[in-house]
Amino acid sequence: MSASMSASTSAPPAIAVERLVKTFRSTTAVAGISFALAPGSITALLGGNGAGKTTTIATIMGLVEPTAGRVTVLGAAMPRERYRVLHRMNFESPYVEMPRRLTARQNLRVFGELYGVPDVAGRIAELAGELDLAGLIDRETGKLSSGQRTRVALAKALINRPEVLLLDEPTASLDPDTADWVRARLDRYRRERGATVLIASHNMVEVERLCERVIIMKQGAIVDDDAPAALLARYGRDTLEQVFLDVVRGQREAAQ
Amino acid sequence: MRSPQPAAISITRIAAMVRRYWYLLRSSWPRLLDLVYWPAVQMLMWGFLQHYISQNAGFFARAGATFIGAVLLWDILFRGQLGFSISFLEEMWSRNLANLMMSPLRPVEFVLALIIMSVVRLAVGTIPVVLMAMAFFGFNLFGLGFALAAFFLNLLLTSWAVGTFVSGLVLRNGLGAENMAWSIMFIFLPLTCVYYPVAVLPGWLQHVAWLLPPTYVFEGMRALMTEHVFRLDLMLQALALNAVLFAAGTAAFLSLLKSARRNGALMQTGE
Repeated sequence: MSASMSASTSAPPAIAVERLVKTFRSTTAVAGISFALAPGSITALLGGNGAGKTTTIATIMGLVEPTAGRVTVLGAAMPRERYRVLHRMNFESPYVEMPRRLTARQNLRVFGELYGVPDVAGRIAELAGELDLAGLIDRETGKLSSGQRTRVALAKALINRPEVLLLDEPTASLDPDTADWVRARLDRYRRERGATVLIASHNMVEVERLCERVIIMKQGAIVDDDAPAALLARYGRDTLEQVFLDVVRGQREAAQ
Repeated sequence: MRSPQPAAISITRIAAMVRRYWYLLRSSWPRLLDLVYWPAVQMLMWGFLQHYISQNAGFFARAGATFIGAVLLWDILFRGQLGFSISFLEEMWSRNLANLMMSPLRPVEFVLALIIMSVVRLAVGTIPVVLMAMAFFGFNLFGLGFALAAFFLNLLLTSWAVGTFVSGLVLRNGLGAENMAWSIMFIFLPLTCVYYPVAVLPGWLQHVAWLLPPTYVFEGMRALMTEHVFRLDLMLQALALNAVLFAAGTAAFLSLLKSARRNGALMQTGE
């Protein structure tokens, strides 16, 4: 857990998850996990289906109330104090859509105003340039291709220049070229703004390329947490995918 | 640099939500047509029935005159709730709810935006129908003057209270509860005595009817049209009951939202 320790000692964490438990009736989705993310860091949350990644991210966003434990974002306890910080956060997920009948510009304008962005029109023009949206900004969102919709969703996620950005499988269902393009924009945004980014992903290429730290979850618990290079060395593997398979198939002890 | 903490209630955020629904409404002519279609069909059907009855002498001729008024007021109640609930359902259908719940939009702002859209949708649907009633049957709803304002306010308050409660149910239970949005108001049709006096109901059911604010409005409408008396006392009682109903609807919505946050329903927003 060296990465989490270093994050917590250098500066107040942007995100702190302490002994988080979330149960839905008799099912435990998250089983007492703890981690802290340093401001400006980029971290991946890896795990198979049902590992608890989405519940963890939803709890950080304030969409889900913890059963036990504590989550703070930029110093605010979630979800109780969420209105102190929601305007400084944002998220993107292919499983959450924007109204399809509205044009990309209309959607961005609505979200810009919800987030209290000054000069929304100017910010939309800026994002249209950065994310190559100029040709599609006045088209209905529902008539855009999957890749184009992802770019619009990314523009929505960046509309308020968030200090904390949460991404749930940001490149799912994208072709490799578009996925690579999206990763490059995310990386640039983080470097320029010093934003804290947490990505839940199944895509190991994405994680290796973008993330400086990987938290691996299985059955609601954290089973490993380190820098990608350290994980590769510890498991004696060449790729994170091999590490991931070792972990989810229960071969961690064998690897060690 | 940190941006300032957002205001507790922001007109900008409410206006953003209203703009969102307005963009949607104006982009779809079937949505606009749908707002006018059923009120127009109902008004024509009841209008012709009233016309037929009025050709006969006696009590039925006098009672028939209240039919169009009842139809138009019922539509304010029904369409007010539907206008509120459909705007909310648009968020579920477009899978946009998590985007909103993750944004700084507060529940009270969301509800206020839905209330404003309920009025907008009602105006789009009702004004042409009121004009048609005037043209076809010589019934001038606006001729009711101050009484109409009192009827309108009370019916809208009830529709918003019910709409808020139903939205909470859908939020908590997903689109499986969508049918409630379409059907819940119909229980008010027999109980609030839209087309007949409260005295028609059995004694025990009259007590139930008098617990519902629209009952006072429809009784008030009949008193105005058949006896030419404006019953301010009925309107004030309806207003008091509406205050209780609106508070209960809002409390239920907030409680269901909290429950949705506890059980993870905001992550799903599907069936």
